[in-house]
Parts: sequence; C-alpha cells; structure tokens
Amino acid sequence: MDVLEKERIQQAFKEKMDYDELMNCTRCGFCLPSCPTYIETGQDEVHSPRGRIALMKGLVDGKIEPSEEVKASIDLCLGCRACETVCPSGVKFGRLLEQARDAIYQANKQSFLEKFMRHAFLRNVFPYHNRMIGLTGLLRFYQRSGAQTLARATGIMKLFPEHMRVMERVLPEVPKRKEMKNRPHHLMPLIEKKTKKVAFFSGCLMDTMFMPTNDATTKLLQYAGCEIVIPETQNCCGALHGHSGEVEDARELAKRNIEAFEQAEVDYIITNAGGCGAFLVEYGYLLKDDPQWHARAKAFSNKIKDITSVLVELDFHKRPLQLEEQVVTYQDSCHLKNGQQTFIEPRELLKAIDGVQYVEMKDADRCCGSAGIYNLVEAEMSMQILDYKMKQAQKTKAKTIVTANPGCLLQMKLGIEREGLSEEMQAVHIVDFLLEAYEKANK
Amino acid sequence: MLNQEIVRKFYDIVEKENVVIDEASLLAYSYDSTPQYQAMPDAVISPRNTQEVADIVSVCNQYKIPIVPRGSGTNLCAGTTPTNGGIVLLFKHMNQILEIDEENLTITVQPGVFTKEINDRVQEVGLFYPPDPGSMHISQIGGNISENSGGLRGLKYGVTRDYVMGLEVVLANGDIIRTGGKLAKDVAGYDLTRLIVGSEGTLGIITEATLKLIPKPETKKTMLALYSDLESAAESVSAIIANRIIPATLEFLDQATLKVVEDFAKIGLPTEAKAVLLIEQDGAPEIVERDMKKIAKLCRENGAFDVSVAKTEKEAEELTAARRTALSALSRLKPTTILEDATVPRSEIANMVRSITEIADKYQLTICTFGHAGDGNLHPTCLTDARHQEEIERVDKAFAEIFEKAIELGGTITGEHGVGVMKLPYLHLKVGKAGIDVMRQIKKALDPNNILNPGKIFVQEPKVESRVSEQ
Repeated sequence: MDVLEKERIQQAFKEKMDYDELMNCTRCGFCLPSCPTYIETGQDEVHSPRGRIALMKGLVDGKIEPSEEVKASIDLCLGCRACETVCPSGVKFGRLLEQARDAIYQANKQSFLEKFMRHAFLRNVFPYHNRMIGLTGLLRFYQRSGAQTLARATGIMKLFPEHMRVMERVLPEVPKRKEMKNRPHHLMPLIEKKTKKVAFFSGCLMDTMFMPTNDATTKLLQYAGCEIVIPETQNCCGALHGHSGEVEDARELAKRNIEAFEQAEVDYIITNAGGCGAFLVEYGYLLKDDPQWHARAKAFSNKIKDITSVLVELDFHKRPLQLEEQVVTYQDSCHLKNGQQTFIEPRELLKAIDGVQYVEMKDADRCCGSAGIYNLVEAEMSMQILDYKMKQAQKTKAKTIVTANPGCLLQMKLGIEREGLSEEMQAVHIVDFLLEAYEKANK
Repeated sequence: MLNQEIVRKFYDIVEKENVVIDEASLLAYSYDSTPQYQAMPDAVISPRNTQEVADIVSVCNQYKIPIVPRGSGTNLCAGTTPTNGGIVLLFKHMNQILEIDEENLTITVQPGVFTKEINDRVQEVGLFYPPDPGSMHISQIGGNISENSGGLRGLKYGVTRDYVMGLEVVLANGDIIRTGGKLAKDVAGYDLTRLIVGSEGTLGIITEATLKLIPKPETKKTMLALYSDLESAAESVSAIIANRIIPATLEFLDQATLKVVEDFAKIGLPTEAKAVLLIEQDGAPEIVERDMKKIAKLCRENGAFDVSVAKTEKEAEELTAARRTALSALSRLKPTTILEDATVPRSEIANMVRSITEIADKYQLTICTFGHAGDGNLHPTCLTDARHQEEIERVDKAFAEIFEKAIELGGTITGEHGVGVMKLPYLHLKVGKAGIDVMRQIKKALDPNNILNPGKIFVQEPKVESRVSEQ
C-alpha cells in the first residue's frame, strides 16, 4: 500500500463507518468462542470480531494506519455473523463489516484482474437473469458437450487448485436454456383450502443453477395452500455485492426488487436461500438515508420469510411426511440463523418426517466456510473450516446433510467429495428433501 | 519500540512466528474489557512452555521491559491493558489439561485452558470446579487465578482462591518456583500460593496450576422471586441466610438490568418487577427440595409477589445464562458502561443498594445495579458516554462516593474484579497507607526492576496516576 492509498482508505473509514455502532462494542469478549476464524487461527485476536471492531475504530480514530494486516483481517472474516447472535450488547457486526469492506475496496487500487472479475460478475452478470442463463448455459454446454469428459480425461483440470477441481465435480447439472427462460409467474394452491398469498423471491443462482430446488419450493408452497406470485422484474438480491464492498450496486438492485414486489400485494415474500433472505431483511437499513425509499424498503423487508418458517406456520410438519429409514443432520445457514433467527423451524420439519432419525451435529451453527465467494478468495481458511465441519458431520453417522442455502449446499457437497464419502453420504437442500417426503407419503 | 537486537533475542527463544510486532496485532492486544483504557504494547509473544516464559522474562528483566501476561482479555479493571507498553504474553500454546487426579480430587492445568473447559471436563467424571466468573465461556484459568475471580457461586463455594492448591510460577529474575501441591495440609513456610493468587500478574507469571475439585452435587434447582421494591429483595436475602440456608447462587437484579437482559435473552423474564432474586440450590435431592420450599416461603413472607421454580434444566440454564449477560446487555442502552464491584458484608446489602440509588440521583446518573447479593458483591453499573467529558467527571465522583460508602459499611472497593489501574486511586481507602507500603515492599523484593505488569494495583514510586484516555 502506498501513502496515497492509505490516506484514501483512512478517509473512507472516517466517512463510512457508523461510529455509534463501533462504540456499542464493550469488548466483553463473549463473541470470541463463536468466531470460526478466531478458533482456526489459534485464538488470534486480530481475526476475532472484537479485534476487527478495534481495528475499524483504530482506523477511524487515526490510532493506526491502513495496512496489509488490517486488510487481511477484514478479508478473512466469513461474515457469518455468529458473533451477532451471541453479542449481549447487540452490535450489528454484519453492517460494520460491510461498511469496512466498502471503505477498503472503494478506496483501494485493486489489481486489474481483481477489478475485472468483480465487475464482470457482480455488475454485469448476477443482476441480469438472461446473462445468468447465458453463463450457466455455458456451464451446461461444458457439462453436456463432452468438454467436461475431455477436460477430466486430459488432466487439464489439474491446472486448477485442488478445491476448485473438486468444486467442478460437484456442481449440479444445469437445466436446459429453454427451461431456464420459461419460468412460471403465477401459481395456485394444490389443495382445496387457500391459506396465504405469497410472492416468491427466486434469486439469481437459485433460478438457474438450482432451478429444480426453486420448483420444489413453489410446489411445497402450493401443497401448503399458498397462491404464489413470482414477479418477472425481480433480480439478484445484491448480497454478494453488499458483502464485497459494492454497496452502491446493492442499493440499485434493492430498489428494483422493491418495485417488483410492491405491486404483488402479498402476505409474505418467501425465500429459500438463507444468504438472500438475510440481505433482503436488511433493505430497510441499506436504504435508510434515502427518504424516497426508506419506508418502502422497510415494508419490503418486513414481509421476508424463509420457506421453512412459513411451512411451520402453516402446520406443514403435521402433514404426512415419509422417507426411507436414515440418519439426518442439519447444517445451519449462518445467514438464516444469525440474520433471520430461523433455526428451530428447519429442525422441526426434519424431525417430523417418518423414517428420519435426526441427529444434531456438534457446532451445527458454526459456518461451513462457504460464505458467498469466500471459498474461492480465501480458499485455505475455507478448507480448514470445512475439514472441521466434515469431522463433526461424520460423527453423527448421517446419510444426509440437509442445508438451507445454495452456498452451504455446494460446500457440503464439496466436503463429501473431498473426504471421499460420496458413496455413503449426500447433501441436499431442505426443500428438495421435504418435497420428496411429502410426495412419498401422499402418493 | 523494541530495538532489533531485543526482537532477535525473542525470535531465538520462541521462533519468529510467535512474536508479532505489526501495528494491527499490537492494536488488537491494546485493550481488555475495561472501558476507557487502551495502550499499545511493543510486542505480543506466545511462549510454548515454562522454560520459554522464563527466558522471555529474563530478557525483559535485563532490558527493563514491562511484561503483561494476558488470557482472553476479559478483565474489568484494566489489569491486562499494557499501560506502560512492553510485552503482552499469550498462553494460546500452553492450553492443556495435564491431569485429572480422581484419587486426590485435583486437576492440573496450563494457564491457557478456558475456565469452561475445566468445568465441562471434570463434570464428565462426576466432579465439580465451582468458580464460575461471568466470562467463564472464554476466560482462561491463568487470568482467573491472577485476578482471583469470583462468580455466581461465591456464597456457598467461595472463589478461585479457595480452589488453588499449587502453582508453578516464573519470577521476575527468571527463576521457576513450585508452590503448594495436592495437599490438604501443608505449612512448609510462607503460603506463596495465596500470595500469587490475585496478585494481578505483578509478582510472577503462572505457568501451571493444580486446582481442588469436589464431588458434583447430585441435583440443582433454580428459582426466581419477584419484588415490587428493592428493600424487600434485600431483606429476603438476609432472611434466607439468617435461617441457616446457604444457597449455591443468590443473585440480585434491578428492573433496569432485568429489562435489558430480557431484551437480549428473550426468555420471558418478568420485566414488571422492580427487583428480582435468582436463587439456586444444589445438593442431595431431598435437601434441595426442602431448602427451596423454605426459601420460597421466606421470599413470600418478605414481600415477593411471585415465586417460581424453573421446571426444566433448560429453563434453569436459560435463567443463569441470561444473568451472565447482564453487564454486556446493559451496554445496549448507552455507548459506555462503567461497572464496579463494591462489596459489603451481606447484612448491609439493603443499605448499600439504597445508597447507590441516592448517589446516582445526586449526580444525575443512570446507575443500574445487579450482582451477587448472597455474598454482598454488587455491580453498580453506570450507563454513560465516554465522549461526554463533563458527565464522565460526575461518574468518577459518584463512584468515589460509592467506594467510600462501601468502606464505611465494612466493605471493600473491589470484590472480584481486581484493582488494576481502574481502582488504583481508591486502594488506600481499603488497605491504608501502611497496607500499600507493605505491598510495595513485597513487590520490590520480588520484582526490583518493576517489569511485571507495572503500574497495576499501586504505583511503585508514589505519584498521581492519570487515566489513560481512549480518545
């Protein structure tokens, strides 16, 4: 870092950080045992929530200068927000982290490649459903054309880091382009009694690469008696942008989503990705300084509900559900638990399935290391965290690890593949699992 | 700043990876849980064994570099804030439970073991380590011993001091001594174990400890008693003890504290009550049953408008866990939370609580009070804002008066947090000038160069100590 860059970052910290929120930290240290990076670094305070807050405050106060070490501390944070859940003082760490990343990345002279990649994906792909289809279509072409077989046979994949090679193997098979383009917009209940009118937030990645899971979600809602509206003009939630310091882009995406859902006039807006949901409930805060949008954003955020939460509310767990005999464990989605306080409902649903023996995994609510694009940019720490996770998963002797967020799902699949357990273990999204259980019991 | 020659010496002792000197790391070890205190160390060093600790201390002694042993930095008297710079010593590599001796009922540990881990591990074999400071989930045993931490069970089971049987200590000259042992009786010379316990890192660095264990109580019950005024709650405490019942826990929370704790824990605490007693009894089932009935009756007779026993273990755990969060939860209300731990004989609890309320009114401050009513250890907590200089001055005056009142009632300025820097100006109130002089002489004999956590408890050369500002 050169002098000018340091000055820019320090100035950005002074402008962007919420100083009152920094002051809220009493440094009691109750967050330390909840922080995966504090644990995995062998108790390095620099990589703890309390330490990170001290660094942020130190920068604003001018007590320290920006440095590679400070940047590394902010970068290495998973953003899992486990610290928020255990913080008696109620510090909103997730918000502080986003402000700090915004300050560093907007002021930082990134390498050309970094900048290119960030713009390419965050600004030009995720926000556009068509381009997501195009991109995932390329993946499908790769998977189906024989290129995948060729790549694996020639060993060209060996040029990629180990975890990316494994990731390539566990990516789901992408649906046909035509299927991705031809999505439903309005669905009626599949049982006689209509219970709720809801809108479905389909998400960018979920509606392309994980399209069958989205279909399972709407199916479950229909079985639960919901009329569903799926606004066509909705787009990416902006979470990846917000978490990586592209806050302005996130605000634009938020506005487009608020508009898209306002007309639907529904009881709830349903999500099936913990990561998206946690960001959608923050729209009110994201647009707090925009008088034109603040009230609308809050109204939008108040309607957000995770699929598992609405299913329990509609007593779906009291309906017949059945699967073959198996041990099942659940990996919390950090943002579903810490961002939306939803963690009892998924367990309740799983325990309600006939044939399922639910075994809680130790530290089920500790991050799996996926954390958005974290497993790509901080691969080493991500894999270290995943190793711990898989050890705990194996101890439960589970055949199925259930998750509630696409990132976690891929990471669990990656973990299973890395451990060579694909014969005896599988990872599934909770809605796919529930739909199977419902359809088996209600044939 | 340490010069290159000294840094190289430290590299030689613990290897380079265990010496950090970058600015970000130094800042991360510039504080503990005490508000308003912060100071940068010159290096943070993580030794791997006792010999390395001794070698580090020898270098520090040679070059007169201050050295501050630090656990998880949860103390509340600025005891581990490196106010004079120098070395912060971490025990992350010295974190093993060395032995659980089921015949002698002892556990031998390294200083970096988490208190909670000791609790969990001994319970697995049906034993019990009672001290449970509020921060036990993350606090390290070395810190507990150096600060002589208390906790929620002090009334019946005593504090950390009562469980330390033997220590291995590195002295300022680099000597390694072992004190005490697995012995119920041992009068061989001065009781150096007791001298080191609670000495806040100023006399030696603890590198190993043998702790006493007791059989795990068979059962435990938890009760909440609600009051519409503070006095009735305080009178109930006196009545319980006067009736020859010693509960395992007897905690007191005022309404303001109750509200914020409920706001965080959301377990349905009765926020309409003006004061609450959280009472726990443990032991043989029939005795617990009998005591709880008696306690409930006494509480009602002394004005409790509701008394309820936790139905499940989970419910009971939620209640005590919620109590542990009281301090941090209070900080939700205002940016700065200044907490003290003035302690009085338990017969004076009602008087002390009343005085705190009066003093708060006099200085127009918000002071919430919770604490260990059973052992007279209160936690008056002032909600303020470090940025408002004028108000902070009033806070200082109010606490000075609270300390004086505590002494007047036969109490002390600090029951369990330690003196550190925070209560240094008030130590004379409790121990007098002659008392401080004795401590100075002991310090001088053991640490002539004043390198071990200097500037804590008292100043070695008398002068006025000023508060190290955070701003």
